[in-house]
Amino acid sequence: MSDKHDAANVTNPEHAEHHIVSPFQYSLVFGTLLLFTGITVGAAYVDMGVLNPIIALGIASFKAVVVILFFMHVKYQSRLIKMTVAAGFFTFLVLITMTLCDYMSRAWGLW
Amino acid sequence: MTHPHTHETAVPAEHHHVALPQHRHHFETEEQQREAGSFGMWLFLLTEIMFFGGMFFAYLLYRNWYYDAFVVASNQLSIPLGATNTVILIGSGFFMALGVWAAEVKKKGLLVLFLILTTLLGVAFLGIKGVEYHEKWEKHHIPGAHFDVSEFVNPHAYGLHEEPLSPDMAQKTQIFFFLYFAMTGMHAFHMIIGIVLLFWLTWRAHAGDFSKGYVAPIENFGLYWHFVDIVWLFLFPLLYLINRHPL
Repeated sequence: MSDKHDAANVTNPEHAEHHIVSPFQYSLVFGTLLLFTGITVGAAYVDMGVLNPIIALGIASFKAVVVILFFMHVKYQSRLIKMTVAAGFFTFLVLITMTLCDYMSRAWGLW
Repeated sequence: MTHPHTHETAVPAEHHHVALPQHRHHFETEEQQREAGSFGMWLFLLTEIMFFGGMFFAYLLYRNWYYDAFVVASNQLSIPLGATNTVILIGSGFFMALGVWAAEVKKKGLLVLFLILTTLLGVAFLGIKGVEYHEKWEKHHIPGAHFDVSEFVNPHAYGLHEEPLSPDMAQKTQIFFFLYFAMTGMHAFHMIIGIVLLFWLTWRAHAGDFSKGYVAPIENFGLYWHFVDIVWLFLFPLLYLINRHPL
């Protein structure tokens, strides 16, 4: 086994089997997204005070996660891809939080 | 993962386990090539998150700053049109996902069909967006020299059930509309690029390029298209929904 292509030597991040998502599963995702679109539109017409933006953004985030996991196949990808996606959103969150801390504290009580 | 250890040392080993002509020699396996492709595509999409994120952040900040102006200006947008567009976009994402499936199971006809349906819904989205933009144009709600604040200073004269804004605050509705056009405009621009790419991919799919086991371009374009969908999933509630008054 002096083979150059020793399987153990392959710098493959992870041997994630290529997973094919079925049309049925895509249809379920499609239905879920439509359902939650209806809910978020309905919720917009109900006055819930500060809860309105929270609910709207919560539903949007849920829909985004569903799209990322199933339409974008992240659920079936290797750990490298999962970490890459998570790191991106995490970095974005950190940037938003830190910048907001700065802006909000500069104009404390003025908005 | 097992490799066939059948090749002789005299033969360049790199070219031995090649099953597909598109397998590049610098990748050990096709899986690795595919993984590298997805990884690269995701890195690009992360830069897009940062790019759109900057605009989302500006929106967040100015909404806090000029809240009253944002409420009134946001109520100028049509929820029925926005919701219709959301459904259209989710539908186009659904057909794109089915397109990826069709490529994976090597069904050429279905792949071409799904790509065309994705394109049609994308064009429909842009059409409705155009109708919305046109309405803003007619009402002089495009920021700039011709911007008209009278509707916001004196809403009752226009039959609107809004709180009148001071002339100062009414000017700030321009910031909402500027962000509205910047964010939806950049989103629409991404869709136009996507539709151009879809024409090209449909052409290649028709030629049979993606129905023999080589699906990376379809898969990676799918990631791009779904990402653009996700941006809209946030634009819709932020611009159309969260300031809505109960009817």
